[in-house]
Amino acid sequence: MTKHLVVVGHGMVGHRLVETLRARDTAGAWRITVLAEENRPAYDRVRLSAWFDGEDLDLSPVEGVEVLLGEPAVGLDPEARTVTTPRRTLAYDALVLATGSYAFVPPVPGHDLTGCFVYRTIDDLEALTAYARGRRRGVVVGGGLLGLEAANALRRLDLDTGVVEIAPRLMPLQVDEAGGAMLRRHIENLGLTVHTGRVLARVVGRDGAVRRVVFSDGGVLDADVVVFAAGVRPRDELARAAGLTVGPRGGIVVDSAGRTSAPDVYAIGECAQIDGRVYGLVAPGYAMAEVVADRLLGGSAEFTGADTSTKLKLLGVDVASFGAIEGPLDVTVTDPSTGVYAKLVLSDDARTLLGGILVGDARAYGTLRACLGGPLPAPPLALLAPADGAAGPGDLPDTALVCSCNAVTKATIVTAIREQGCTDVAAVKACTRAGTTCGSCVPLLKQMLASCGVPASKALCEHFDYSRQELYDIMRVRGIRTFSQLVAEYGRGRGCDICKPVVASILASMTSGYILDGEQAALQDTNDHFLANLQRNGTYSVVPRIPGGEITPEKLIVIGEVARDFNLYTKITGGQRIDLLGARVEQLPAIWRRLVDAGFESGHAYGKAVRTVKSCVGTTWCRYGVQDSVGLAVALELRYRGLRAPHKIKAAVSGCARECAEARGKDVGVIATEAGWNLYVGGNGGFRPRHADLLAKDLSTDELVKLIDRFIMFYIRTADRLERTAAWIERMEGGLDHLRAVIIDDSLGLAAELEAAMAHHIASYVDEWRATLEDPERLRRFVSFVNAPDVPDPSIQFTVERDQPVPVLVGRPA
Amino acid sequence: MTAAGVSVRKDALLDTGRHGGVRADPEAGAVWVVVCPYDRLEPERGAAALIGDRQIAIFRTHDGNLYAIDHYDPCCGAYVLARGIVGTRGDVPTVASPMHKQAYDLRTGVCLDRPGVSVRTYEIRCRDGLVEVRCPF
Repeated sequence: MTKHLVVVGHGMVGHRLVETLRARDTAGAWRITVLAEENRPAYDRVRLSAWFDGEDLDLSPVEGVEVLLGEPAVGLDPEARTVTTPRRTLAYDALVLATGSYAFVPPVPGHDLTGCFVYRTIDDLEALTAYARGRRRGVVVGGGLLGLEAANALRRLDLDTGVVEIAPRLMPLQVDEAGGAMLRRHIENLGLTVHTGRVLARVVGRDGAVRRVVFSDGGVLDADVVVFAAGVRPRDELARAAGLTVGPRGGIVVDSAGRTSAPDVYAIGECAQIDGRVYGLVAPGYAMAEVVADRLLGGSAEFTGADTSTKLKLLGVDVASFGAIEGPLDVTVTDPSTGVYAKLVLSDDARTLLGGILVGDARAYGTLRACLGGPLPAPPLALLAPADGAAGPGDLPDTALVCSCNAVTKATIVTAIREQGCTDVAAVKACTRAGTTCGSCVPLLKQMLASCGVPASKALCEHFDYSRQELYDIMRVRGIRTFSQLVAEYGRGRGCDICKPVVASILASMTSGYILDGEQAALQDTNDHFLANLQRNGTYSVVPRIPGGEITPEKLIVIGEVARDFNLYTKITGGQRIDLLGARVEQLPAIWRRLVDAGFESGHAYGKAVRTVKSCVGTTWCRYGVQDSVGLAVALELRYRGLRAPHKIKAAVSGCARECAEARGKDVGVIATEAGWNLYVGGNGGFRPRHADLLAKDLSTDELVKLIDRFIMFYIRTADRLERTAAWIERMEGGLDHLRAVIIDDSLGLAAELEAAMAHHIASYVDEWRATLEDPERLRRFVSFVNAPDVPDPSIQFTVERDQPVPVLVGRPA
Repeated sequence: MTAAGVSVRKDALLDTGRHGGVRADPEAGAVWVVVCPYDRLEPERGAAALIGDRQIAIFRTHDGNLYAIDHYDPCCGAYVLARGIVGTRGDVPTVASPMHKQAYDLRTGVCLDRPGVSVRTYEIRCRDGLVEVRCPF
């Protein structure tokens, strides 16, 4: 006889209960109905802020469960064993209350003015986003975890943001005074204002809308938007009205089995109070869900307390706290130069780790949290020293909790690696669930893989045991020109998004032919496949080549007309050209027809290829110029255009030592001297900026070009996949000296071969957009829909911002 | 489960006909819709099809098999999966989202890189040289 379980609440904890029960109830003892107040399926509230990145937060639906969306429980009758919604009354055999909590709004005058929000649900975020548009100042009431998340949201909505906290420091529950001070420095450096030790007295409005907040000390802060993030309160009203026992400060009282005072009624997560305590974190909620699922299946699991460790990236600052934050003894490190504060709390014999705080660098968190309650695996300073990163997992006991969100121990992970054949982080995640919630233990998982003897292989991916350079040599020496032959003879399977573009890039560098003919087309990443750059809404951007950044008024007008006629967003790029964004695939040929007719060609912005050669105006115009930087930049850009490489290659030419073209931030930088040109290599901006190093001085133009030919070709042949020139040189045995020997002194006897390879590329270059337009067969792939070539993708929608079209994501399909 | 968006729209039938022929309705609740000639699909590449207002990504793998899954990539919120690189992971035929490279099992729609994420799959077949997708309405 199937029994009926009704779950009230469709948040993360309720979802976990349902997921666990469905997975373990193989006999089908329970039929499950979930009552969801929100009008959307369960989502990952812990990562609520990722909603601003357009990330999909939905949790995977569980098969065989009836979820009634937008149907909250409004009545509970424990005698009759029924629960009521606005639409129906359901009989239950067991009921689980997982109603979560609501945001606490201090009952100050003005708290309900227009412009006051809470930060709890996706609906809250949508309303906040809509209201904040065009407004200037925001205030967050609450300086804890949620408050700082909310502050980040306001900052991302372009509001000048202030954070108000009653306590004398930020995150008073998680960090101590020194940690709070370090956190404050980080946050103030981001341009936010922090007001600790201030009590909100009232919110003042004009015409019903928020204008400012007033503190109890009389201070005033102007605000157009106020977000209350001053804590949460258990949602226990349903239980309260039904006569269930609730705690004096709220929370449905449950025992260690999750049972409330009513028979067969359980409560889990933030609505429950257990041993006088309400947990506001997801890990304890998950633990309660597992206990109740076990009980429903006749088990005897008990809730024995849960880990309340926290690690978060708040406003870009790593903050972690675990165990006790104060104790008998402690070791602290404060480094104002790097903004790092770390503290370990130890037992009075200094042997046992009782807790700790990390601000600014939380790499040691995974190891430290797993050591909680046990001996330290290394001296405290060694564990905290950021240079070492985290200590290894080798010394952890088997019972150490590596993933606290999902309660996965070291032993479980080691078993998954040793006995279940997991050979990478993805496999360990899928097998054990470790690392799938907050992700903070992923570095530890990597180390555990290494310490279990899973080699850090040079293999490109599961399909090839060779590095990119080895594959390049194999293809060159064996004359292999198709992926199918290569994978059949030297690999396995049918490739993936890693090895296929690598082989495509090698083929392109080697043959310099059209990159989309025959089998080669299937190897290309979408950018190379459509000869345009994929953007976040599925549209593409178009970047015509503007060599050296020099362009005629006529050509500028054509770009303007094309952008206007196709409703494209235009932006000047850092490489001195113009990006046209928002084109649908079926528009690309028509856009390029116009551009090619006007004399433009592909800018290869979509390829791992030579991009731009930026320049200053040089001797032609500049009073200080000593060489013709524009002329050289144009010549270099035309020489190397279309050349595919392991990663993008950027270059620049400056006409004098003032360096207006920022050449030392490029892979290839040329700076004019009175005597000729200085050549710099290995610079880049981006993720890890690095200045280029001087390779050779006072070169003639011919000498310069010859060295650049050799340098770029040597890089193409020997660099790893997605390795910029900077990393390539740093990795090279012998470094810059070795490079200089190869490029200038020809120590490997390669120079003639490298120059010949470059000459071949230059001679065989054709503009791939012109080649595409000339061939109807090549044009056929440029449709949004294979069965409706003339229909534009209806999911692509735009709104207008600062007079230009910008994308709107329409979301999940019906 | 009553999912957020599975709504039954009778008028979808009419839409279905707009972009392709409809085979006789063999079972209530779904129809086989002709999408394109088999030869129109590049081996180891996808193509998007619009059926009613549903966007479906169809794939022809190296061994000649056909697969159909949602074109929508829940990891990024855009309709792009047909434009990913097709390959294998172990024995599993896969497509990697072109946005952030999460791989999906073409047979089941399960995302192999993000636990809990999956997309819908659709029945697909080749008849008389034409690719057909069985599409619920």
